[in-house]
Formats: sequence, C-alpha cells, structure tokens
Amino acid sequence: MNQQIKKMTFLSHKALHLAMGLCMMALFAYAGDSKKGTERETGSGPVTGAAPGKDTSIKMPSGFSANIVVEGLGRARHIVVAPNGVIFVKLARVKDGKGIYRLQDTNGDGKPDQVTGFGNFGGTGIAIKNGYLYASSDEDVYRYKLDDNYNVTNSDNPEKIVTGLINRHQHETKSIALDNDGNIYVNIGAYSNACQVQDRTKGSPGRMPCPILDSAGGIWEFKADKPGQTYGTGVHYATGLRNVVGLDWNMTTNTLFVMQHGRDQLHDLFPDLYDTKQSAELPAECMYELHKGSNCGWPYIYYDEFQKKKILAPEFGGDGKKTGGEDAQDPVVAFPGHLAPNGLLFYTGSQFPEKYKNGAFVAFHGSWNRAPEPQKGYFVAFVPFSNGKPSGEWEVFADNFAGGPEKAAAGRPSYRPCGLAQGPDGSLYVTDDTKGTVWKITYSK
Amino acid sequence: MASAISLAIILMSQTKKPVAGKSGSGPGKGGGSAASIARGKVVYESTCLPCHQVDGLGVPNMNPPLSKTKWVLGEKAKLAQIVLNGLPGGQIDIDGDTFHNPMPAQASVLSDQQIADVLTYVRNNFGNKASAVTAAEVKVVRGKVVK
Repeated sequence: MNQQIKKMTFLSHKALHLAMGLCMMALFAYAGDSKKGTERETGSGPVTGAAPGKDTSIKMPSGFSANIVVEGLGRARHIVVAPNGVIFVKLARVKDGKGIYRLQDTNGDGKPDQVTGFGNFGGTGIAIKNGYLYASSDEDVYRYKLDDNYNVTNSDNPEKIVTGLINRHQHETKSIALDNDGNIYVNIGAYSNACQVQDRTKGSPGRMPCPILDSAGGIWEFKADKPGQTYGTGVHYATGLRNVVGLDWNMTTNTLFVMQHGRDQLHDLFPDLYDTKQSAELPAECMYELHKGSNCGWPYIYYDEFQKKKILAPEFGGDGKKTGGEDAQDPVVAFPGHLAPNGLLFYTGSQFPEKYKNGAFVAFHGSWNRAPEPQKGYFVAFVPFSNGKPSGEWEVFADNFAGGPEKAAAGRPSYRPCGLAQGPDGSLYVTDDTKGTVWKITYSK
Repeated sequence: MASAISLAIILMSQTKKPVAGKSGSGPGKGGGSAASIARGKVVYESTCLPCHQVDGLGVPNMNPPLSKTKWVLGEKAKLAQIVLNGLPGGQIDIDGDTFHNPMPAQASVLSDQQIADVLTYVRNNFGNKASAVTAAEVKVVRGKVVK
C-alpha cells in the first residue's frame, strides 16, 4: 500500500514535471520561431548550411546573447580566435581529410564565408602565439607559420615541435597552452583511472608507486620554437594530474591554470565504502594553479569538496575519511564531480561587465560517471577572480546546452561544450564536439 | 535427486562457476528465457550500467553502445571472451567511432551463469533480438587460454 502511494506520488510528480516541461518547450519553441526562423534561413554556410542565427535555447544572464557561427563542423574541440577575427578550430577526428578548420567572415555578416581545412590529424589542442598556429594530435604538437592575415603558409608541412608522447587510448588528448617566455605546456593524461594493477577492475589494488607518473599524468614544458622535442628534452613541469583537457595561461599571475578530470567509479570499485550517490558526487573536478614542480596528488588522493579535504584513495588504503597527500596541492576551485571540464579561459576582454574581467570561464562537457544518478554538466561556468585568486563562488554562466533537463539527466545532451576562446572584440566563443557547433556569446546593455 | 541438486547449488556457490543449468537458460529462438533475462538485468544494473549507461547506448568516444552492434549480435564466444577477459581501450570500432575506456575483465567477478544471463539480457534489450547465451557456452570460453 505504502509502495503504491509512493508510486502514485512519484507518478504525479513526474506528470507535473512533464507538463511543466511541455509548457517550457512551447515557450522556447515560440521564442525560437520568432528569431531563429528568419535568421537561420539566410542560406547555406560553407560547412553546414544553417548558420548563423541567434540561439535562444542557451540560457545566460541578462544582456548576453549567443549566436551560432557554424554548425556541423565535426568533432570541434579547442578553438582560438586571431586578432583579426579569424577562427581556427581543432577537430578530434579529421573531417573530409582535414583536422583543423580556418573560418573567416570577410563581409562582416557574422557568418564565415571563407572556410578552409588542413592538417590531416585529429586532436584537441590549438593556440596562436607570436605568428604561429600550434595544434596537437594525440601524440605530437605541430606549428604552422601565419602571415599577416592569419593565413597558414605551410599547411602541408608544419614543424613538429613535440613528438612521441604517450597515447594509450585513455585520456589521450594533448591540450596545449603557451606562456610569454617562449614555452609551450602540454598535458599528457594518465592512461588509467586510479592506477590500479588492473585498470577499472573491482578489487584490484593501487600500484605503489604509480609507474604511470614517469611519462603521463602531468604537464610537460617544451620550447615553443624547437622542433623534435620529446620526453628527454622537455621539462616534467607538474605531476599528479589524472587528466587535463582545459588549461590556460593566466596573464595576471603569469602562471598556468588547469582543470583536472577527477577519478571515476568509487562505488563500482568499492561498493562497501561508497554508495552510488557518493560516487556520483565525488571527487570534485578541481582547478589548480601550477608552478614548476607542482604535485596535485593523483592517484593517491582525491579532493572531497564536502569535507574540503584531500582524501586517501581507496586503492591505496583509504576509506573515504582518511586524509592523505600532505605534499599535494589544494585546488583553487572545486566543482561537482564528473562534470568533465574541457575548456578553461581567463577573460581579459572589456566587452563583458566588470565582474568578468580576469575571471575564469570553464566549459563542462558533462558527466557520464554519475549513473544511475542523473547526469550533470553541459554548461559553461564562471569563477570571478581578483588579484589572481577566486573572489567569489563559481556560478553557471551559459546553460542548457543539453537541450532540456531530461536530456541532461539521461546523459543524452544535444550539445557538449568543449573549447573556449576570446575574440578580439571581447566576445566569448564556445565549441561543441557532438555536432560541431560554434557559438559566439556577446554582451550589450 | 534432491541431494544432487543441492550439491550442485553448493558447488555453484563455492566455485562461482556453475555447470550449465538447463533449468534457467534454455536457448530460446531469438530470445532466451524470461528468467535468464530478468537475472541478467540485475547483473547489468550492478556491473555494466555505470559505463554502458541506463539506455545501453554507452558514452561517445569512451564506452561503446550495446545496441545493434556486430560485437553484441555477432559470435557469442567472442562476446563472452570480451566480458571474461576484458579489452584494452581503443579496440572497439563501430562505424569509424572508437571507444577509449578499457573493458575490465569480469572472470573473477561474475560466474558463467551471470555472464550468460547478462549477455542474454543485452542481446534481447536496447533494440536487440538475438539468441540466448548459456552458461555452458561461457564455460567453454572461460576454459580456453585467451591470447
């Protein structure tokens, strides 16, 4: 009987949510019709056929609006915008034989009319520095010479700056960032979840010391202008980072900030210590400020944002309460677990309101490891910074890339935010690697 | 007879490698017994769901879908072998999509019967319709040295 009542209550809640959802959808559809319809029918884009257009489905604070620059670009990962507005996008997988796309809007209608592709390799990282375009595959880092109009002059024969980095199919992407002193920083993700003897296998103990850390699970520093570098010629800059996809050089502090993807599967691997809810929430996705020699503690510890402590990993004798990692750094910001931070950008523009200046935008690709709990993420977050330190709580900045709460909860989002870039006019660009969408977010009072 | 059955049950619980039970998992025509599928659902939810997800569609780039793929609907011995011994990341290719998380070996975690049940469940769920997998079929694969 009780069960029946519960079931009925549950059903009526569900019906209510469904009804609310339908009302919301109707509202969105109405708003969408009034704007998208006309603006998106302006002809075929070179890549997609339906850009640009104002995207009212993305929810942001008052005054901000999102326009779709391009759709259908493929697995669009990181993005960079040149001082003249030219956009370069790195694709995870080559599309039509091209792994990098250059988009230029020559007539100023907000839609790229010159689209060229080059680079026959998939990957994630892309950056511009001192007249060069840098891009990474999952093993190497290349650079291309740019002319004054940000055309690539050697698209078929780039210099291979870094080569032979480990790619063992897990956490294989190589994100890149450059400083102002001629160095490039490359993430080499750990090819493991928690450095167990048998990866992701229940009952398998942790490897002590973790041998993966000699060649992965950290950040390596290389010279930005020297071809053919690899492990021996680079500097092992920071360790104890399971996997970093989003990273950025902070011009205020002159330091590298990274977003770590925290470990998975606390419940699957240690059901006696963690229930599914704890496993969905833990550990935090952490932002770290790095210096040469930084150690962030993986795989021996993880950060628990509720206890606000570094907790000994269960593979290494932890029980969810014992602390560890006395020599490991604390995070600068701790976000909810498994949201998958794939993009990090410190905003230096003047277009957005003052509170955004020098703050951090973080693109969350969205979770999968919260099942059977609802999945989360699929948004761009913002953290205000002052004097190089967070000056307030993080907040959701741009939401609903999932296309509705049910799609988010099911882990079947319409879009997954991945890369972030700042345009010369202070606009914020966001990529999605499911459909290959690029949004330009602008602000006006 | 009754003692033989209880002996079999004891053996099952001790070794976790039950002999092929004709009772629960007769190879149905494109189906498998309801009991096997029901047991398989329990195994799926506790062991497979975290990666392959509630809807069996996996996670792009990471964990492969289990819906209408040649891996799930193809040769049963090969499928059982993947579950028993696991698979390094990057080896599954579905229409050009690759999946980078490793599949952990289940040989020490699941019994032959549990593997048979969960495979029967998967082969008859998520839009799939294929023959049942029996514990005997899993046992044969478990006994082989896998390269």
